[in-house]
Order: sequence, then structure tokens, then C-alpha cells
Amino acid sequence: MKQIGWNWLGILPFFAFALLFLVLPTMNIVVGAFRTPDGGFTLANIQGLASPRIIDSFAISIKISLASALLGCLIGFAMAAAVVFGGVPGWLKAPLMTFSGVASNFAGVPLAFAFIATLGRVGLVTMLLKQWFGINIYAMGFNLLSFWGLTLTYLFFQIPLMILIITPALEGLKREWREAAEVLGASTSQYWRMVALPILFPSLLGTFALLFANSFGAVATAYALTGSSLSIVPIMLFAQIRGDVLQDPHLGYAMAFAMIVVTGLANLAYVIMRTRAERWMR
Amino acid sequence: MKRFWSWAAIIFGGLYFLLPLIGTIEFSLRMRRGEYTLDAYRSVLNDAAFRQTFSYSVIMALATIVLGVLIVVPTAYWVRLRLPRLRPVIEFITLLPLVIPAIVVVFGYIRLYNTSSILPLTGTASGTNLLLLFGYATLALPYMYRAVDTGLSTLDVRSLTEAAQSLGAGWVRIIGRLILPNVLGAVMSGAFLSFAIVIGEFTMAALLNRPAFGPYMQLLGANRAYEPAALAVIAFAVTWGCMGIMQLISRLFGVRRTAK
Repeated sequence: MKQIGWNWLGILPFFAFALLFLVLPTMNIVVGAFRTPDGGFTLANIQGLASPRIIDSFAISIKISLASALLGCLIGFAMAAAVVFGGVPGWLKAPLMTFSGVASNFAGVPLAFAFIATLGRVGLVTMLLKQWFGINIYAMGFNLLSFWGLTLTYLFFQIPLMILIITPALEGLKREWREAAEVLGASTSQYWRMVALPILFPSLLGTFALLFANSFGAVATAYALTGSSLSIVPIMLFAQIRGDVLQDPHLGYAMAFAMIVVTGLANLAYVIMRTRAERWMR
Repeated sequence: MKRFWSWAAIIFGGLYFLLPLIGTIEFSLRMRRGEYTLDAYRSVLNDAAFRQTFSYSVIMALATIVLGVLIVVPTAYWVRLRLPRLRPVIEFITLLPLVIPAIVVVFGYIRLYNTSSILPLTGTASGTNLLLLFGYATLALPYMYRAVDTGLSTLDVRSLTEAAQSLGAGWVRIIGRLILPNVLGAVMSGAFLSFAIVIGEFTMAALLNRPAFGPYMQLLGANRAYEPAALAVIAFAVTWGCMGIMQLISRLFGVRRTAK
């Protein structure tokens, strides 16, 4: 009995840390979302989320996250597939993976600066397009501080994350499966459609969910890029914490709670899909 | 045909990643009209606020690494040695910071540790620094824990511990002189990743009102034209440096492991 007590004592610091600085603060927000100002239970805060302003912010956030996750998956998959079995020289793989490791961590304020310097009104690419081809993207309606601008910027960390996760999965496709399919007379497209993609499907879907959560919770990049001109969920929550712009603290907790629900569901999808994907990778 | 599409994907992707980097460098040199100069860098480096916030964040990053090591190494070791059944629980907790957005966690801090609470950390500057430090430690937790746990998996923790105990070593000595040196490579790679994350972190520092590098960059970005590009280049160099060293370390230690 004494032994068991000692065993638990060894991880007490960790549990104290996790409880004080991770679990309790989160619980506090979650509980606050279901409370009236005088402490009673209520669902009114959650119902309050149905105001047009908050619904709009969730809609645009979800749209940006879906678009950047989808494009990130497609482009990242294409690049990883090109390196793994596309006939591109093998020495390209190591630098691509190293670069992906760096770029997937290069989010936040500096990333916003990089895109302003590139695609802003006087950015390099904007100017070159104007000088070389006479194309003025801003006259054509492009704006960096918009849905597409933000999506394009987020791709800078989304694509590398996809490459990092999907490359091992692609390398896990066994040569025997392809050979078996070829022996049975399958064409390349049939092999992909009926063998490779169904095997990869859980990995793809799981990574998609992870990328979705990744961009949904991104605050710094969006804030440095747009200030508060584009009210996506994290920006609105940021303004709410700073100055109670919703004029109801409990509505703020409800919003934070809804944010946890979205990222939580996306991560749950990732975990479930990854367990499925691993069945094939043994 | 397949090769053509492969090259197309690589070149298209490569352009997408290279253009912003080139664009940022070019923009950062454009401060003086008509010629390329390092004026923007000079202006940034001569700014007292840059030096103050940058050193603040460096100190915070180093403190985060120390705190992270102190929390993670004994825990991961102890769980492997004595409580293997708890491993999934611990792993789940360490992954929570990836699920709960940092902005929600810091929102909770502000409510839980405000001046009218039992533990009024946000009441004083040093208390808020401490709170931010713990916040950063939660951000680093997933990376630190995974790195250290992977490092431990290459050791026979039980035999090492029994050998040390039979020679009369106590727990502090076992963890400090035996386990830590053996997982140093893993700890270092976790440490550099934590450094890269903390040095430019914006959300927590901004909402806790601390003079860190992330909020400074944001403020400069809202008020200046060319200096932000110079800052982005500096920040990218720091990230690149951290990740490069990390990969180098894991490669070096990886080689040594297989050579054994």
C-alpha cells in the first residue's frame, strides 16, 4: 500500500502543473459558458451564440479553415507523391522534409509580414505582375486582407504539415500491393483508385481534420495581417478578452467553448482516422 | 508524363514557398528609395524596444525549456518505470495543448488568476511573468514530452535504475546524472522546438500584457512599412537556426544509437 502511494507521489508535480495551468483554466471557461452572472445554470449563453455577428464569424472561420485544409492536403499530397514515387531525383526529399519542418513552425506575426511584403499593395509579386504582365491584381479585386488572402497565407504552414504527415504514409504503401495489382491486370489509375487511395483514405481524412483545427485556432497570423478588419472567431475572441466587445462576458465564454468544441471534434476525427490508418501500416 | 506532373508539383510548390521569402528579403532592403540598403535592419537593431523585447523573450524561452525539462523528464521516466498503465492518460494530457487553442487557455488564466482570486498572479508583473512562463510550458509540453518519451524508449530504464540503485544512488542522482544525460539528444531537440515556438509567441503575451517579442513585432507591423519585413527575416533566421540545429542533433544522436 505504501508502495502505491510513493508511486503516485512521483507524478504529482506533473498533475499539479497540468491541473493548475491547463485543465482548471479550460474548465473555468467551459463552466462559465453555462452560467448566469449570479452563478446559476443556463443555456442562454449558448443560445446567444446564434446572433448574426457570431454566426458570421464562425462561418468565415470555418470557410477559411476548410479551404486552407483542402488546398493544403491537395498540394501537400502532390508534392509528397512527386518526391516519393514521381521520378523526381531522390536528393530532393531531404531538403523538402527539412524545409517542411521549418515552415510548419513559421506561423504567427512574421508570416503575416512575409505575405504583406510579397502580395500586399506594394509587395514584390504584386509589383512584378504589374510591371511584367500588366496585371494589377488589386484592380481585379484581390485583397490580402480577405478570405483568399488569409487562405493563401495559411497554406504556408498547412502544406508543409501535410507533407510531414503524409510522406511516411505514402512510403508505407507496400510494393507488393502494386505488383499484385499489376499481375492481376490493373492499370495505374485502377491501382490508385481501388487499392492505394482506399488505404490512404483514413490518413488523408485524418490529416485534413488536423489541418482544419490548425488553421481554426490560428490567432497571431490573422491578427497581424488584418488587425480586426476580418472578424474570424479567434480575432473576435481576442477583442472580447481585451475589451468585452460583445458587451456580455458570458457570451465570450460561450464563444471560447464553441471554439474548443470545433477544434476538439476535428482532433477527435484525426485520432480515429489515424488508428484506422495504422491498421495497414504494420 | 508522370515525371512531368511531378516536376510541375515540385516547381509550383517551390515557387509558392520561395516567393514570400524572396519578397520579404527584397522588401526589407527597399527602405531607401532607389537603392538596396540595410537601413531597415539598422533601424530595427537600434530600436531599444527591439532589444528589450527580444531579450525578454529569449529569457522566457530559456526558462520555459528549464521548466519543461524539470516537469517532463522525471514524469516520463517515472511513468515508464513505475506506472506504465498510466501512460495513455499522461500522453492524452500532454496532447491537450494541441487541441485547446492557446487563446482559450490564456482566457482561463485571466479569469482564474485575476486580482480578486485566491492566487492573484496577474496582480503583479513578476506574477504575470510566472503565469506566462507556465503558459509557455503548456505550449511546449506536447513537443517536449514526445521527444523525451521517444528518447526514453531507446533505453532499458528498469535495468539502468536497478544498477544505479545497487550502487547506492538516490532518485535525484538517478534522474540528474543517469537518465538526463542519456536522453540529452531528445531533450535538446524538444528544447530547440520550444525555443522556436516561444520566441515569437503572440497571443498569450499580448493578452497578459507582457513586453514580449511577438506583441512588439505586431505593433511595429501596424505602424511601420519596411522594418516588419526585416523583423520577419530575422524571425525566420531564428526559426531556421533552431530547427536546423534540432535536426542536426537528432541526426547525430540517431547515428550514434545505430552505431552502438
